Amino acid sequence: MALRRFDIEAGGDSFSFKPETEPTIAFWLAKYPEDKKRSAVIPLLWLAQKDNAGWLSEPAMREVADRLEMPYIRVYEVATFYTMFRLQPVGKFHVQLCGTTPCMLRRANDLKEVCQSKIGNKMHVTDDGRLSWEEVECLGACVNAPMVQINDYYYEDLTPESLGEILSKIENGVEVQPGTYVDRLNSAPEGGLTSLTEAGLFDGSRNEIAVLPNLPDAAPEPEPAPVAAAPKTTLIEAAKPKPKADDKPDVIEIAAGEEDDLKRIKGIGPVNEKALNELGVYKFRQIAAWTPANVDWVEDFMSFPGRIEREDWIAQAKQLAAGEETEFSKRVDAGEVESSKDEGDE
Amino acid sequence: MSDDLFKLNIDGQDIEVPRHYTLMQACEEAGAEIPRFCYHERLSVAGNCRMCLVQWEGAPKPIASCAQTVGDMRMNPDGSAPNIKTSGDYVEKARAGVMEFLLINHPLDCPICDQGGECDLQDQAVAYGRADSRYELNKRAVEDKNMGPLVKTIMTRCIQCTRCVRFAAEVAGVEEIGMISRGESAEITTYLEESLTSELSGNVIDLCPVGALTSKPYAYNARPWELRKTESIDVMDAMGSAIRVDAKGDGVMRIMPVINEEVNEEWLSDKSRFIWDGLARQRLDKAYVRKNGKLTPVSWGEAFEAAKDALSVPAEKVGFVAGDLIEVEQAKAALDLARALGVQNTDCRPAGASYGVDGVREHYLFNPTFMDVEEADALLLIGANPRKEAAVWNARIRKAWLWNDLKVGMIGEAADLTYEYEHLGTGPDALDGLFKRDSEMAEALRNAERPIVIIGEGALAREDGAAILKAAHDYALEIQAIKDGWAGFGVLHTAAGRVGALDAGFVPGEGGADTATILGGGMDTVVLLGADEVDLSKLGGAKVIYVGSHGDAGASRADVILPAAAYTEMSATYVNTEGRVQMTRRAVQPKGEAREGWAIFRALSDVVGKTLPYDSAEALRAQLREENDVFAGLGYAPGDAGVDALKAPMAAAGSVNAAVPFGAAISDFYMTNPIARASKTMAECSMQKQGLETAVAAE
Repeated sequence: MALRRFDIEAGGDSFSFKPETEPTIAFWLAKYPEDKKRSAVIPLLWLAQKDNAGWLSEPAMREVADRLEMPYIRVYEVATFYTMFRLQPVGKFHVQLCGTTPCMLRRANDLKEVCQSKIGNKMHVTDDGRLSWEEVECLGACVNAPMVQINDYYYEDLTPESLGEILSKIENGVEVQPGTYVDRLNSAPEGGLTSLTEAGLFDGSRNEIAVLPNLPDAAPEPEPAPVAAAPKTTLIEAAKPKPKADDKPDVIEIAAGEEDDLKRIKGIGPVNEKALNELGVYKFRQIAAWTPANVDWVEDFMSFPGRIEREDWIAQAKQLAAGEETEFSKRVDAGEVESSKDEGDE
Repeated sequence: MSDDLFKLNIDGQDIEVPRHYTLMQACEEAGAEIPRFCYHERLSVAGNCRMCLVQWEGAPKPIASCAQTVGDMRMNPDGSAPNIKTSGDYVEKARAGVMEFLLINHPLDCPICDQGGECDLQDQAVAYGRADSRYELNKRAVEDKNMGPLVKTIMTRCIQCTRCVRFAAEVAGVEEIGMISRGESAEITTYLEESLTSELSGNVIDLCPVGALTSKPYAYNARPWELRKTESIDVMDAMGSAIRVDAKGDGVMRIMPVINEEVNEEWLSDKSRFIWDGLARQRLDKAYVRKNGKLTPVSWGEAFEAAKDALSVPAEKVGFVAGDLIEVEQAKAALDLARALGVQNTDCRPAGASYGVDGVREHYLFNPTFMDVEEADALLLIGANPRKEAAVWNARIRKAWLWNDLKVGMIGEAADLTYEYEHLGTGPDALDGLFKRDSEMAEALRNAERPIVIIGEGALAREDGAAILKAAHDYALEIQAIKDGWAGFGVLHTAAGRVGALDAGFVPGEGGADTATILGGGMDTVVLLGADEVDLSKLGGAKVIYVGSHGDAGASRADVILPAAAYTEMSATYVNTEGRVQMTRRAVQPKGEAREGWAIFRALSDVVGKTLPYDSAEALRAQLREENDVFAGLGYAPGDAGVDALKAPMAAAGSVNAAVPFGAAISDFYMTNPIARASKTMAECSMQKQGLETAVAAE
């Protein structure tokens, strides 16, 4: 690792965050107490680097320090400690080439030569300002070695040819697809699976109820295993049979403005109402007509499951559909129920 | 923190220490010597040099003793106390290994290194290291950094102990030094190599265990073993910090702090430390008399005759003004001569100040001692800027603020004090506000159990100074800052000689004039005792006799110059602002024909025919002790012993001019006295500081 110093000249005199970055800054600052806001130094430096064409200039660093009320030297220490904060200008597309052992064994050194010949020395920016490269330590994609990261994306399983092609495309402004450059899915074996090929591994037919050996005695008896081919689920979820797709209640089409105010049902607030509308449920009569299977199906989309039964939405809906009022709907109509107002939350 | 005792067995010796001790402290308690680089008693624990490794029997690895709290240790399986070994093959091998790593990148340049001879790394390499290195590759090199005119850096020598970083952040309170980059490229630097702005920056030189940070002015001047070391007292501010004056031949080569827990702990301000080149410049080494408008060197005899002529005027037309650096002996001799001549116009206070004449010593002392601020829970500063007026004490305030939750309020010019304070206002009206409890700070002061009220020269050296002093004292009484066992009211002086001169009675006599009147014209002859900080422009045609060590404002106005010794050249008494009587020691001979101040007045008294009754400094001091028993106790600060005298309200002293804000007692920290103004180093610091401040102001 070479000496890292700010490129003072290229950094200019000033820096300011882009206006669209401000909400993100606020997001990070909100995570920490006011007097501990220096905890946000790394995210803010990162944002500053993004807003400053991929590198951290000295004014950008000072801006971060001023915002966090930190002494400059403290931010300087952080910025120089982490090599992913770049202290000198980089190209619009900055190539980070992994040179750590797995990539090196997979001939990352050949990729370095490609970068060297196509771009130039490390951290040199091409004349058109589009490209620069540096060697970095492990980027954690060893199974797809050798690889490079260009700006925010990984390009994996590279050969000198494929990297050369990628660089040429970038130079010419052609979009390049991130991901692997050989015939494989993500990190799966090249050319398809060579082991674990039995279909039963993936269709769920092998799913069995696992009993944790150290469960307390009071644990309920496991239910019988589902026979039908269930979608891939975790064992715990599988303990409860999934509702079938045909349990979906009937959908109706209505004109805008015709929907009932479902919030008049106790247990339905704006969030649940929205979820129900999205399922095609707009009318009290629809809810009144739900079967137990429908209830199970709908339950999956509600926040706080179990309340359809507990609060007896169906009986409420029957009353309301018949034009009657319930105890709760009276209070809603009188504006007494905060959560049933449109701006309220659950 | 529980103070339960914890049992340990260290090197076969059973010992009990408090649970909060570190293992290193416990080992030292047991008499073992633990080597260390990064650990320092007054800084936080870093634990990064690994030199303090000891063996804990049963532990899988050697233990860094500085970072191991004793209370966290586990008993042996059989329940007996943990066994620690601080020597033996295991420990020696571990330390030799650490030493070898530290030396891998450390240059072998001891022969040209200023730290050579007093270098921790050198000493410990000899004591704990291997005879040779097995490292065959190139050593790393590190660029040197700029840290300003005081600290010289040779960063290749740095072993990254981070003592300087912690000192700047914790003690000095200026986060300006840091460690950048990582691993092999880690470097200690200031932000973009800007200069340090702390008044305590020189202390990093002492803290640095190797030769990475050394003294720039002292560079290549001397080797430690050539120096004659004299322990003495600093006079750059009124703190009276303990110092060691290192001299070679005739010259002072450097000044270092000496530990005095009650005063300066082990720190020293930059002015005190780097003033020494001013002791060799602009010196008055001969007597001068102004002839035809030009100062001409003359013999002592001729100068005395000229002085006698000047003093042969009516006594009420003669005034004596004592300066900031005056030692008690000179003040006493000059005062005795003045009174013998019938002169009542004598004063040692800055123009406008009116304290020190009511006969109560406690009214001009810093009664809560420097140490007491660590026990206080609220501090009110009135017209004082301790960062400039008592930089080392300021670090102690910061310490109390940092660790004890001390609340600080300040009235006066806003300034960066290195800790947070509530700025209550700039003038006397803010004091009224405190009486009316108009702020949180006012409530905090009132509710505090041990509040301290400090009033500075900025509030006292003005027309209504006495009234403000009384108001501050009344306030201290009202918030119960003055009670049995707690004397929470004091004056922070800026001049080393002030309290001593006041104790000697160097104030206007019966019907005598004060400084402002003496210097305001109307005198025929004015004797200046090293008084250069006063306004000499209104003297008119008065003849001026200047007794002092440096050619400064006073000397250039003088008609007769009697050269005196500086503080490193005499054994003299100074009383610090706490009322602590201390003595300097002669480290070098006075320059040229200069003599100690008291001896000059003794000789002059002979010439004018009013011979003073002492022939030696010791005889003079014996008389001093007889007249005022405060001079009997060396090194002792009265503290709350004088609380009874403080309890009575002060006499009414006119009205306060609420509209005028308090000024700053010191405008330029580096230029407060003639020695500092003669120092090139101080001039550089001053220019640098002003440059910095101008740059900020221009933004």
